[in-house]
Amino acid sequence: MATRIPVLKTYKLFIGGKFPRSESARYYQIKGPKGKLIANAARGSRKDIRDAVRSAREAWKPWADRSAYNRGQILYRIAEILEERRSVFVDEICAVTRSGRAAATTEVAKSVDRLIWYAGWADKYMQLFSTVNPVASPYWNFSYPDSTGVVGIVAPEEKSLLGLISKIAPAMASGNTCVVIASESAPLSSITFAEVLAASDVPSGVVNIITGFKAELTEPLARHMDVNAIDYSGRDEATIKALQEAGALNVKRVIIRRDPHGESWLDDSRAQSPYWISELTETKTAWHPVGV
Amino acid sequence: MMHVTVDQVGVEERARKLSTRSIKTSSKREGIKLIISMIDLTTLEGKDSPGKIRAMCQKAIRPLPGNADVPSVAAVCVYPNLIREAKRCLAGTNIKIASVATGFPSGQYPLDIKLADVRDAVTMGADEIDMVIDRGAFLAGKYRKVADEIAKVKEACGPAHLKVILETAELETFDNIRKASWIAMESGADFIKTSTGKLKEAATLPITLVMLEALRDYWYETGKVIGMKPAGGIRTSKDALRYLVLVKETVGDTWLTPDLFRFGASTLTNDLLMQLAKEMTGNYQAAEYFTID
Repeated sequence: MATRIPVLKTYKLFIGGKFPRSESARYYQIKGPKGKLIANAARGSRKDIRDAVRSAREAWKPWADRSAYNRGQILYRIAEILEERRSVFVDEICAVTRSGRAAATTEVAKSVDRLIWYAGWADKYMQLFSTVNPVASPYWNFSYPDSTGVVGIVAPEEKSLLGLISKIAPAMASGNTCVVIASESAPLSSITFAEVLAASDVPSGVVNIITGFKAELTEPLARHMDVNAIDYSGRDEATIKALQEAGALNVKRVIIRRDPHGESWLDDSRAQSPYWISELTETKTAWHPVGV
Repeated sequence: MMHVTVDQVGVEERARKLSTRSIKTSSKREGIKLIISMIDLTTLEGKDSPGKIRAMCQKAIRPLPGNADVPSVAAVCVYPNLIREAKRCLAGTNIKIASVATGFPSGQYPLDIKLADVRDAVTMGADEIDMVIDRGAFLAGKYRKVADEIAKVKEACGPAHLKVILETAELETFDNIRKASWIAMESGADFIKTSTGKLKEAATLPITLVMLEALRDYWYETGKVIGMKPAGGIRTSKDALRYLVLVKETVGDTWLTPDLFRFGASTLTNDLLMQLAKEMTGNYQAAEYFTID
């Protein structure tokens, strides 16, 4: 019997619920720790960023208009599907990074748990961060947090799955949509995670994932006038400075996280927080006449 | 030349081929500015109010405030009741006022009402009249009735320009579109226009190509120069630039002027402005920084 030729997966981008190749038709090679070619990943361009932001903008209103409870359900659903496909991610992480099997298994399990954690927060953060304000006139005065809009996320290089999920989940919980630049050195699990998203009730365009070179992708994302916040994890000071400058163009929220880093992504006390949700919201204040 | 049959496959293929050209940087900037100068900025809704017309007229005069380099649009297009408001807002500018008339958008009214509609609009200050043809009569083969109506409306227009809306989506075939174009041109149209914008199917490149070829043949035959206005469904700069290519390749540079080519559009304007701002600043733009109408 002839030996079977294995069928390899083409890793593409995730934009508007679809898996297109890069508009630029470019790709780059992803190699394992010993230099073995694992796969080709799409090398996204600024026009892919543009398309992704357009999808995210379209998806924002309906996503933000869903009930908080429903967003929580959907985050939970992502966790369910991810749980079922754990072994796929473990294999992929082992192939691409220096993680051993045990470490990869821990990372994937923690990713599922983190999604569940934020699923619970979706309908609770608003109570926690809302206030009733004292005012010197006959009004009830409320302030409450609401999603800011399209969030540009630059995912950390290390812990390519857990780091990505730890950034996406708090952004989604409040009703933001996001455009994510995945880990450049280990982008494969982010695209496989996109397949999980596509299979778990997440509306098209709520999460868009671009793989490629961060050096050419972060700038158009940070300078895009239709992006409301930039959320960066990493320690590249030149990039941080560039993001802060570009963010000033339309007064984006610019969130820079030098920590958690490396193994501390596994540390719940450092890598998950309801404040990560509130940092990607806008405070809205309503005046309501008393006695009406 | 009226009865030449249209090669549907050929038209579609040619329109598709002509839409593959890549227009970038300085050509794109100039193209976008030309398109802006060709726009009939349109609002034709039941809820139109004088306030909306005032806002739209400001936009017509200065599409991109703070940038004198961007031209005014060619005309504003409104319902007859709002002509006076538009007239007030546009006094002292070169922007024309176009009004729909003749029982827009259906055209299913008695002729005397249609003519009164036109005369009223002209009296109130319309420079251009966008009339609709009686598609029911056309499809029933009553071409004489259609032609007579257009001729009478032209007479009622007096000095005003006449644009004849064929509502191509209801004419079913390219042959009908060509025939209707020809009837309109022979009966006195200054412009032929694709659609009312009230149907889901509106202007497309192949339809525009058929009409441009009709007016080119009419020009060859009679020496008369007729204008063209695709309307409805053109929402992006990329799309609009493709129309310019189509015009250049079909009838030549002569037609690349607001006097002979117009875009009937509303949402297109913001996309043009966003693309222009992108070309000027290098940053992708957000809709929220541009006025709604």
